[in-house]
Amino acid sequence: MALLSKKDANLILDPLADNNPITIQVLGICSALAITAELKASVVMAISVIFVMGIGNVVISLMRNIIPSKIRIIVQLVVIAALVIVVDQVLKAYAYDLSKTLSVFVGLIITNCIIMGRFEAFALGNGIWRSFLDGIGNALGYGVILIIVGFFRELLGSGTLFGIPVLGDPIAKTGLYSIGYENNGFMIIPPAALIVVGVIIWVQRSRNRALIEEA
Amino acid sequence: MEHIELFFKSIFIDNMVFAVFLGMCSYLAVSKKVSTAVGLGAAVIFVLGVTVPLNWLLDQYLLRDGALAWLGPEYADYNLSFLSFILFIATIATMVQLVEIVVEKFSPALYNSLGIFLPLIAVNCAILGGSLFMQAREIPSLGLALNYGISSGIGWFLAILAIAAIREKIRYSNVPAPLRGLGITFIITGLMGIGFQSFGGMLTGDNEPPEETTPTTAEKAIEEKEIKKEIEEDEKAVSYNDVINE
Repeated sequence: MALLSKKDANLILDPLADNNPITIQVLGICSALAITAELKASVVMAISVIFVMGIGNVVISLMRNIIPSKIRIIVQLVVIAALVIVVDQVLKAYAYDLSKTLSVFVGLIITNCIIMGRFEAFALGNGIWRSFLDGIGNALGYGVILIIVGFFRELLGSGTLFGIPVLGDPIAKTGLYSIGYENNGFMIIPPAALIVVGVIIWVQRSRNRALIEEA
Repeated sequence: MEHIELFFKSIFIDNMVFAVFLGMCSYLAVSKKVSTAVGLGAAVIFVLGVTVPLNWLLDQYLLRDGALAWLGPEYADYNLSFLSFILFIATIATMVQLVEIVVEKFSPALYNSLGIFLPLIAVNCAILGGSLFMQAREIPSLGLALNYGISSGIGWFLAILAIAAIREKIRYSNVPAPLRGLGITFIITGLMGIGFQSFGGMLTGDNEPPEETTPTTAEKAIEEKEIKKEIEEDEKAVSYNDVINE
């Protein structure tokens, strides 16, 4: 990482693991859970959030000295909403089916607490370049969890990845299905996402015991 | 009748937390004690009850395709629906500020119990989600929009109340250390969500079926195969009969 100083690199790397927005900071859970039944939707959602957060953090950081602190929440919401409208229109134009699957959850990026949280905690007090890195880092941390959850739910629930069957054909009984394997329909229903995230938290905290909460 | 149906449907079947995961952030953050959970829940019911009908009016007379026709025939071709996110969130943010000021002025007691939660609510996804779902489901009248806002608020209230009560008790249980706190709350919410799924069979109106039940292509293929088999068997049976008759 010659391009980034160590401090700057940490801005990107920390949120990927030990300061993950979903599993540690508990931000942005809403959209993380509802759209992860398919890997494709998770990836698109992750990319959208990376876009909105990277640019949003830069814009807020640029304006940080002229926003009156009393109305800053409304200003922040308007900035995010404008960026999300761009994402929504692009999705509608180039990936119409996908934007139907994501339905209102594209709009809900606006109230995704990660974005507001990072604006408040970081972009309002830091320069443009660092804010940009922080935004990208946190959005990546969010995306990683989304993609892990989407991967397991689609693999175990439908036996496919990105819609391509990977475990064999359940009708012709090829691949894994020939030895009696069945798809787990439980993984498709919404509550399964919560349980998958719970297990991710369990694994992460078992590996790094410093993260364990005092009961 | 349609009011009662929408009311129960939004509380139990399309529950904000368990069916669509809206407002999870504050749901997880503020559910450590029952008393604070009640305060936030009440504030959510209130704000949803105000903002959903307001946004319904905005959608009806400003945003949807042809909504500007009341200004004159030359405006009938405009479709401003791409602006809905920004207008909805602006309405919500201003309403929350306004409600805060009004409540502080006229009911200091209520302000003391709700006050600290009101700013939190502007960024609660359940509030914006309520308005967006109202728009997506094309709720037909102002009365139903009000009903939808209040009843989804009640659904959210019930959910946060239940999880807060469970979390107060689970403190005395021996949860594996890495799962303590956040992890176990996720898993409990998942289990509660599975429980709430059973309400899905409660209403059998002519509503759209729940989204998640669309069979995957594999399942469809299996079904088609079975139907084919049945038809073939029927044909076979017919031919046997023919043989017997002959």
